Amino acid sequence: MLFKTFAKEELKILFEIIAAHNRVVGPVEKARDRNNKPIYAFEDVHEFHDIQLNYTTTKLPAKRFFLPFKEDLSTFKIEDDKWQKSIDYNIDRPVVFWGLHACDINALNKLDKVLLHSVYPMPYYAAKRKNMFIIGIDCEPQPFCFCRSMGADTALHGFDLFITDLGEKYFVEILTDTAFNFLRELKTADALEEDHILYMKKVDEKKKQFTARIDTTDLTKILDMEFQSEVWHQWGDKCLSCGSCSNVCPTCYCYGVEETVNIDLKGARKTKMLYSCNVIDFAEVAGGHNFRPLRHNRLKYRYYHKHRGFVEAFEESLCVGCGRCGETCLAGITVSEVIASVKTGSKE
Amino acid sequence: MKTNGADDKTYLGIPLYRPRVAFFEFTSCEGCQLQILNNEGTLLDFLSLVEVVAFREAMTEKSDDYEIAFIEGSITRDDEVERLKKIRKKAKVLVALGSCACFGGVNQLKNRFHDLIAVNKMVYGEHPVNSGLVRPLCDIVKVDMQIFGCPVKKEEVEKIVINLALGKSIVLPKYPVCMECKANENICLFEQGEPCLGPITRAGCDSWCPNNKAGCWGCRGPADDANVEQMKKVMKDLGFSDETIMDRLECFGGFQTDEKNGQR
Repeated sequence: MLFKTFAKEELKILFEIIAAHNRVVGPVEKARDRNNKPIYAFEDVHEFHDIQLNYTTTKLPAKRFFLPFKEDLSTFKIEDDKWQKSIDYNIDRPVVFWGLHACDINALNKLDKVLLHSVYPMPYYAAKRKNMFIIGIDCEPQPFCFCRSMGADTALHGFDLFITDLGEKYFVEILTDTAFNFLRELKTADALEEDHILYMKKVDEKKKQFTARIDTTDLTKILDMEFQSEVWHQWGDKCLSCGSCSNVCPTCYCYGVEETVNIDLKGARKTKMLYSCNVIDFAEVAGGHNFRPLRHNRLKYRYYHKHRGFVEAFEESLCVGCGRCGETCLAGITVSEVIASVKTGSKE
Repeated sequence: MKTNGADDKTYLGIPLYRPRVAFFEFTSCEGCQLQILNNEGTLLDFLSLVEVVAFREAMTEKSDDYEIAFIEGSITRDDEVERLKKIRKKAKVLVALGSCACFGGVNQLKNRFHDLIAVNKMVYGEHPVNSGLVRPLCDIVKVDMQIFGCPVKKEEVEKIVINLALGKSIVLPKYPVCMECKANENICLFEQGEPCLGPITRAGCDSWCPNNKAGCWGCRGPADDANVEQMKKVMKDLGFSDETIMDRLECFGGFQTDEKNGQR
């Protein structure tokens, strides 16, 4: 890793260099909520001033750019009794992500483990993930952020460069030669000891700002023991089974597949749709049997996949602590409260 | 396999059976049938999959020789009951088309009044009509399939008809509108202070109303396993009045509320 610094106005120059030839996606203000607070979203950006570098979080993760909510896996051309299949990975050029927070970078790293480095990599993901260029940016912990508890408050890899605001200038971590080559066109300086000290100070200050946390000590074992706990029923009664927690989760990747024939009967398609394990028919199989018809079971298994199953398989949790699920849940179900209740055996 | 129609359709070389279908309406605005005629781009393809033998809104010719009956509207009069029973006898498959046919729709709002005779008087005055309690089709005859929505979503009807023609199973979404709304990347309307029944209403409309910044009114009825009690609580906690909540839940008749059960 290389460390550099550059003056703040250089960032706009970097944007112009990159955006001249690439598709850039960054955080923009999409609307205002009922309290007149900005609602941010990752969108295509064409002007540097549209990017909200100090955004708090986005309602939806950047997931849709590499795991779209809906995506055709294959299309078919039908002529008489013959048919021809075509596959498109649905990506025409790589995406530059401008300003991902550490949690979202870590989410990508976790998805890579399943969708890129497993026995059966998913080509639709890989095609979008490869050649992706990621600029990370430091953030301020929000009341719902518990990334620190999940070990996801800093990103050690999975980005090209990561910028941290030191007040007068940016402190830059460079991880790839692509990033290095871009930076050669800017006025940069080697990071001095004082820059490193300032950077460490900034990191330390950030750590102190976290208010939400979960205790993950022995969590897999505790979850094993509390499989029959009454608290799951209590949370199940609250859950709306709407699936929003999964849809806003940067690491949820489960999906369903549907095959449809075009109305002119000359074409057909196989479509993938991101699904949620909290939705009623998630575990319904051919023949109609539903393995998880009960709401509390579905909610429980979501937690078991994130905090137990994935840990057993990959030695880390499938949760980055971004807090989006708790923020979006109309019933107010948050990860920190659910985990705490499992430990104490009571929801209150 | 028996086929009919001059230009026999094939799929992967196999000739398709073109079922004879008829459209009927009872107490309704006929908007669901209009939806089917609306999509001109695919209308001819749609009509080549089925043989329409009766469709008052679209054609003059009519025949009683049909296999599938698509029925729009709720039942409010005695003569409607008789007509519906006759259709049931003739049709192999009876489809309730739209929320009125499925749950009574907007019409059933009048069931809220305890004195329906007074309602009749207030609405029709000197010219009373025989119109009583609003009932969905399934109150009177066996319904084989329901297509929800006010109005129905043309794309969903098309998908159903394609699968019907190909002999594929027909599966309606069991999950709520929220799934489609999130996939459409809408901002949750609750964030902006709007009430919405998206979390408990059956999907399939592609979150039509929230896409246009209007909260869901539940026209498609409850999703499977909809947590209606929790939804009421959520809306109440967010400061919506009981009246607002009941207005939404009762508007299309899909959600059985206690008050209504008392009357049935």
